Amino acid sequence: MRWIWIDKFIQFESGKQAIALKNVTLAEEHLHDHFPGFPVMPESLCIEAMAQTAGILVGEAKKFQEKVILAKIKKAVFFDYVKPGDTIELQAKVESIAPEAASTSGRITCSDKLVAEIDLMFSHIDQNLAGKEFPEENFVFGSDISVFQSLLRDVLAGAGKESGQN
Amino acid sequence: MAMSRDEIERQVQEVLVEALGVDEEEVTTEATLMGDLGAESIDFLDIVFRLEKAFGIKIPREELFPAEDLMNNSELIHNGKLTEKGLTKLREKMPHTDLTKFEKDPDINKMGDLFTVNAIINYVENKLNAA
Repeated sequence: MRWIWIDKFIQFESGKQAIALKNVTLAEEHLHDHFPGFPVMPESLCIEAMAQTAGILVGEAKKFQEKVILAKIKKAVFFDYVKPGDTIELQAKVESIAPEAASTSGRITCSDKLVAEIDLMFSHIDQNLAGKEFPEENFVFGSDISVFQSLLRDVLAGAGKESGQN
Repeated sequence: MAMSRDEIERQVQEVLVEALGVDEEEVTTEATLMGDLGAESIDFLDIVFRLEKAFGIKIPREELFPAEDLMNNSELIHNGKLTEKGLTKLREKMPHTDLTKFEKDPDINKMGDLFTVNAIINYVENKLNAA
């Protein structure tokens, strides 16, 4: 099973930028330990949410033909807590994309308030570690892109903001 | 609008400080990217992307850091050292780098030391002048 940590895209402009939403709920068990009586979304998981948003954006740019892995967290600065009940908006932008890698910049906001700035680097591993063998399956989405389509449902239905896929 | 070497140096320094999380003082012109500044493979791509943005240039794959091509070719490497043919190839590929020291002992493990801050400045300078 693939672990999806964002809920849906509301904007998706192929190869350029995307916006995803994640709803944060107290039903997420880790929030009871992080921290008892003061539940806040772990910052590492904010980075994960951005990595998925930006990673899918980068993967889609090459039609999911590359194995895209998170290679470097260039920047991760946090300005506010994310708490249960919050809906966070993850905006990712492709800054550069080359055959072997891509770099993205990103902002997380909650009710238009800046929560974090997260810039990442992704590697297309088959293009980089020549000769090394990796599992056949694609780490983003392989032949089965139904999960991607479900994340993109609003955009596909034209219900997102003014933008379309591709 | 030509940039002076000092300006190029300052911008390259800024790029490296941001890409590698090092202090400005550490980025001397003689510093090696891997040995002195702790760069890893993905950092080289990060640096390439940042240089492209900072200087508005396009850096073709393998032009600035051409190690990978050579490494995978048995004709160019023998017993962990570059052959004469390999050296010729390297000279062709890295005209912006001083290879005199490396040529005396072309150990591929020392190839990382060829990537110095100075080599990047030279590369960018050539590229800007050619434009």
